[in-house]
Amino acid sequence: MTSSLAFDVAHLLAGGLVLVSLMLLYQDRMTSLINTFALHALVVSFSVAWQAYIQDAPHLYITAAIALVIKATVIPLALHRIVVRLEIHRTIEPVVGIGLTMLAGMGLIALSMMVMLPIAAQTGALTREDLAFALSVILLGLLMMISRRNAVSQVIGFMSIENGLILAATGARGMPLVVEISVAFSILIALIVIGIFLFRIRERFETVDIHLLHQHRGEQP
Amino acid sequence: MSSPGELLLIALLAIPALGAAVLALIQDERKAAWLNVLFSFLTLACALALLLERPAPGLFLLVDDLNAVFIIVGTIVAFTTSVFSSSYIAHELETGRLTHAYLRFYHAMYQILMFGMNLALLSNNIGLMWVAVELATLTTVVMVGIYRTPAALEAAWKYFLLGSVGIALALFGTILVYLAARAVIGEGRDAMAWNVLVANAHSFDPAFLNLAFVFLLLGYGTKVGLVPLHAWLPDAHAEGPTPISAVLSGLLLNVALFAVLRFKSIMSANPAALAPGPLMVTLGLASVVFAAFMLYPRQDIKRLFAYSSIEHMGIITFAFGMGGTLANFAGLLHMALHSLTKSAIFFCVGHIAQVKGTQRMADIRGLTVSHPKLGWSLGLGVIAIAGLPPMGLFMTEFLIVTSTFARSPVLAIILGASLIVGLGALLLRLNGLAFGDPDGRDHPSQASFLPIGLHLALVLAAGIWLPPALVGWFQYVAALLN
Repeated sequence: MTSSLAFDVAHLLAGGLVLVSLMLLYQDRMTSLINTFALHALVVSFSVAWQAYIQDAPHLYITAAIALVIKATVIPLALHRIVVRLEIHRTIEPVVGIGLTMLAGMGLIALSMMVMLPIAAQTGALTREDLAFALSVILLGLLMMISRRNAVSQVIGFMSIENGLILAATGARGMPLVVEISVAFSILIALIVIGIFLFRIRERFETVDIHLLHQHRGEQP
Repeated sequence: MSSPGELLLIALLAIPALGAAVLALIQDERKAAWLNVLFSFLTLACALALLLERPAPGLFLLVDDLNAVFIIVGTIVAFTTSVFSSSYIAHELETGRLTHAYLRFYHAMYQILMFGMNLALLSNNIGLMWVAVELATLTTVVMVGIYRTPAALEAAWKYFLLGSVGIALALFGTILVYLAARAVIGEGRDAMAWNVLVANAHSFDPAFLNLAFVFLLLGYGTKVGLVPLHAWLPDAHAEGPTPISAVLSGLLLNVALFAVLRFKSIMSANPAALAPGPLMVTLGLASVVFAAFMLYPRQDIKRLFAYSSIEHMGIITFAFGMGGTLANFAGLLHMALHSLTKSAIFFCVGHIAQVKGTQRMADIRGLTVSHPKLGWSLGLGVIAIAGLPPMGLFMTEFLIVTSTFARSPVLAIILGASLIVGLGALLLRLNGLAFGDPDGRDHPSQASFLPIGLHLALVLAAGIWLPPALVGWFQYVAALLN
């Protein structure tokens, strides 16, 4: 009974993460995008904590705590401040329409199920489902990075990819160095966020729209 | 307590780490530049000592014949670049492009980069290697953006995003490799150790390995600069300080390639898994063809040689993808010689950009007249990188093309034709840069020719006569790589 409960809750949380990834895709306001990302990080934090509990691996609680404190709290707050400072809280201009992005997103989820489920057949149900969901989250994050032009939403796309990776790493029972990897990732993300912030403080950029930055290259075809 | 070999291993990591800490505190930049050279030299000495004393594989660190080659090439280039950097940086301070605070930061970062690269090469754990590659990437991102011009920040940002995506894909691949290994080896640290992985790879689940390798090749391939994942590379080379361009081309691309090679050997150890060769051949050949044509429209001198780096990394990936002792030997030697040549070229380019005050090739003419030493060094470097005899790269390219001819003539013809196209572009540009009437700004140069001369002399010597001991060593490693 306990093992079935363990599986069900883990399954619920991992599936919930995919759902929140889809929600990230259709947000058209910066503030709601950031709030949805905070929810994403919250779900990943619960998922990791649950894995720590069922695998009896206390070091994973550290990873869960990092997700909760840094990604679900500190970074969303910092991003809110950046968005207000840069006055970009109104709307996000996606490269392609929301409907098309959602369709592509569903296609990607189907793809990752089709790829992962047969391959991971012998690893046990829990790892198999976790890997399939994690790959969906990663692909959806990539989709988000290419379907948005704004630097802040690209960063959020990247952070959702990272949440997917943490899900995969904790789902792989007994994997060493998971905590170290999640710390390394947090440093990376912190630097990205500080980077956006510094760009503005130095007032070198008029905009954080990546598309406009290409002009500086001088060799754009 | 520990053997001399283990002490060496620790020293290879501890010296750069200590160097970073010391250099972060040193105020005087002349002293800092010399200390940077000193620390890099000590690291090089430890790397060379690895030839004599080989420690046993440990839990986290490992020295074998493959990474010894990469470590020695890497530390040589790191040392000579630090010598070049000290004369380059003095000029940047005079012109006010860098302030004292940023310079201190730059020197500390240089040593952290060395630490990251040494750790990535020495690690006996796929997770640890991933963390080390990420560390090395992060430090170069910061260094690329150090001038804080809009172009530099954009280049750093682009490098950051593409590099992060690459590194994310690589981590997913790493997790998949662990899962494939866990079924055979069991949970825990052993399932992530290189030596254990390669020894047991024959019984891993092939489907898992196939999927993992695709992610790893795309992930680390982004850092190698393989087409179509190369977009960050020209910007990062062009906008950062020139010593960093030299280190990027000479070292960091190799480290990423090394990661791909490590995983390739796991793949080849499993007979049921997908053959990794064709994938690498495709990506490598695409890079060579693409870069050869993209050399023509370039207007910025550093961007030109960045595209040339894409071409050469493509050649090396192609050679390792073809496999076989001869192609592997040529690929390995090409990797070493390309590092030496490309960093020598960037040393020249750095000084040229300083004396001319521009990186636009249209504004640089007649270097052999105005600055004979710089002009002729650049000429020699370009001849080497274009693959003309008698330089060493001619020999390795010749070996790669001829060994391919024996097995698949079509690929060899495509490769050979692209090499000639690339050669045309480089010679065309060299003609404009080095000859004709000098014009534009004309500062006297305070270049240090020691690193340039040393690198080019080594490349020339390799083209004429390779010591049998070196040939034997590289052949042995090439046979291991199959």
